[in-house]
Amino acid sequence: MSSEPSRPRHFRRFLVIWLGLSVVAIVLFTVVFDLDLPPGRAADDAAGQQVDNSVLTAFGIPVVLFVLVLLAYVLVNFRQRGPELEDGPRVFGHRGAEIAFIATAVVGVVALVAYGTWRLLEPGAAGGGQGPTPLSPARAVAGQPVLPVQVIGQQWQFTYRYPTYGGLQTPHLVLPVGQPVELHVTSLDVIHSFWAYQLGVKADANPGVDNVAYVTPTDTGTFDIRCAELCGIWHGYMFDQGRVVDEREFTAWIQEQERFFAPVKRYLPPYSETYFPQPARRAG
Amino acid sequence: MVRMRRILAVVVAIIAACVLIAAYVGILRRQPEKVAAAARPGRPAELTLQTVGSLGPGYQRSTWVSYLARNQDGEWVHSTHLTVPANSLVQVTIQQYDTATGLRNPFFARPQGISGGVMQLDGKPVDVIDPDLTSHTFAIPQLDVFVPLPGVADDAPNQCAAAPCTPDQAHRTITFTFQTGQPGRYRWQCFVPCAAGYVTGFGGPMQSFGYMDGYLDVV
Repeated sequence: MSSEPSRPRHFRRFLVIWLGLSVVAIVLFTVVFDLDLPPGRAADDAAGQQVDNSVLTAFGIPVVLFVLVLLAYVLVNFRQRGPELEDGPRVFGHRGAEIAFIATAVVGVVALVAYGTWRLLEPGAAGGGQGPTPLSPARAVAGQPVLPVQVIGQQWQFTYRYPTYGGLQTPHLVLPVGQPVELHVTSLDVIHSFWAYQLGVKADANPGVDNVAYVTPTDTGTFDIRCAELCGIWHGYMFDQGRVVDEREFTAWIQEQERFFAPVKRYLPPYSETYFPQPARRAG
Repeated sequence: MVRMRRILAVVVAIIAACVLIAAYVGILRRQPEKVAAAARPGRPAELTLQTVGSLGPGYQRSTWVSYLARNQDGEWVHSTHLTVPANSLVQVTIQQYDTATGLRNPFFARPQGISGGVMQLDGKPVDVIDPDLTSHTFAIPQLDVFVPLPGVADDAPNQCAAAPCTPDQAHRTITFTFQTGQPGRYRWQCFVPCAAGYVTGFGGPMQSFGYMDGYLDVV
C-alpha cells in the first residue's frame, strides 16, 4: 500500500503571494512614500487630479504585480528539469475561476465609474471644462464671489479677458491666490486646448463655444500654459507662463493693465460668452 | 561576366538611391538666408523689413503676401529668419506696402512690448490704431512684442504690385525699438488673417515659414 505524495496547492500559494505583495505595495505607495504625482498641488483641481492619479495607480499596482509574480512563480515552479514532458490533460474551464474573473472585473469597472461620476459632479470639479452649461457650480468660498476669466485661443497666442474689470484684455494670465476662478475657454479661429498644467486645467477651446472650467489656486507662483491641440505651424510655440499672486499684487497688476491697455479699450467688443469679433474687412 | 554586370548594376542602383535620398533631405532642410540686424556702435542695432501684398514674378509663390528683410548690403532678401544681438536694443523699421485687412482680435491694435509703449507711424508717435485698418502685425509673443501695421489706403496711387517695393510707392513707415534678452530662438508672426483665398485667411503664407512668420535668433 503506497500513498501518493501530496501536490502543492499552486493556485492558493500564488494568490497569497500576489495579494500580500499588492497590499504591501499599495500601502507603501499611498501612505508611506506619499509620492508627489503630477500635476502637483498648486490648485484644488490639481490636487484632486493627484488623488485621481493615486487611485488609478493603486488599481494598476495589482495588475502589474499579477503579471510579474505569475511569471516568477511559473519560472520557479514549472521549469522543465530533465527529459521532455508530455502535455497534460486538456482543461475545459473552471467555473470558479470564471466567476471570480467576471466578478472582479465588474466590481473594478463599477467602482471606477462611481468614483469618476462623483468627482465629475463635485462642486468646482472638472478642470477639463463642462461645456457652456456646467453640471455643477463653482466651489464657493464664503464672502468671495467667483472670478470669471475668459481664455481666448487663436493662432498662436492665448489672451485673457476679465469681465469683472470692464472686459479688460491682457496677453498674460494672472490669478489671485485662494480665489475660486471660473474660466470661460473659447477660440476665435481653429480648435485649441488651454492647458494650465500645474493648475490641473485642460479645457478645449472651440470657436464659438464657451467651455467652462473651474479652479482655485492654492499657492502663489508660476504655472505653465500650453496649447494641447495641434493648431498649425506654430502650435509648438503656443506657450506662456501664468502667475498666481496675492490679492494686493493682483489689484496692482489689474490697475497697471487697465492703464496700459486703456487706448485699445474702445476697440474691444463688449464682453460676451464667446469671443468672435469679425474684422470689417477681410483678405479673402 | 554576367555576374560582374549584375554586381555593377546593384552598386549603381544603391548609389543612385543614396543620391536621391540626400537630395530629398537637402531640399527638406533648405532654409532661407538669415538676415542679421546691422550693428551700430552706441546705438540700437537696426533691422529693416518690408511687407508686400503679393511677391510678384520671380518668386516661387508670386501671389502670396510676405515679409522681406534688408541685408547688410542693402539688398532686399525674401527671408523671415532674422538675427539680432542678445541683451540689446533693436530698432525695427517696417515699410508697409499692403492694403488693410483688419485684425481678427482687435486687442493687438495696441503696440506692446516696445520702448515707451508707442511706435512711430510715418514719424508720429502712436499708441493704438484702428483694428479694421490694420494690414499686418509684427509680433514676437515670447518677448511680449506686438506691433500693428496699418495698411495703405485702398485708393492710394502708385501701389506696389511686386517685391521688392521701393519708397516712392505708396507705403506706411513704422518704427519701434524693443529690448532683447538671453540668447535663444524665438518665433515671430503676423496676427492679421491676411492670406487672401484661404479659409479664415490663416492658411498658405500664414502657415509657411518664410512668408508671414519666421524665427528671430537672439545671439
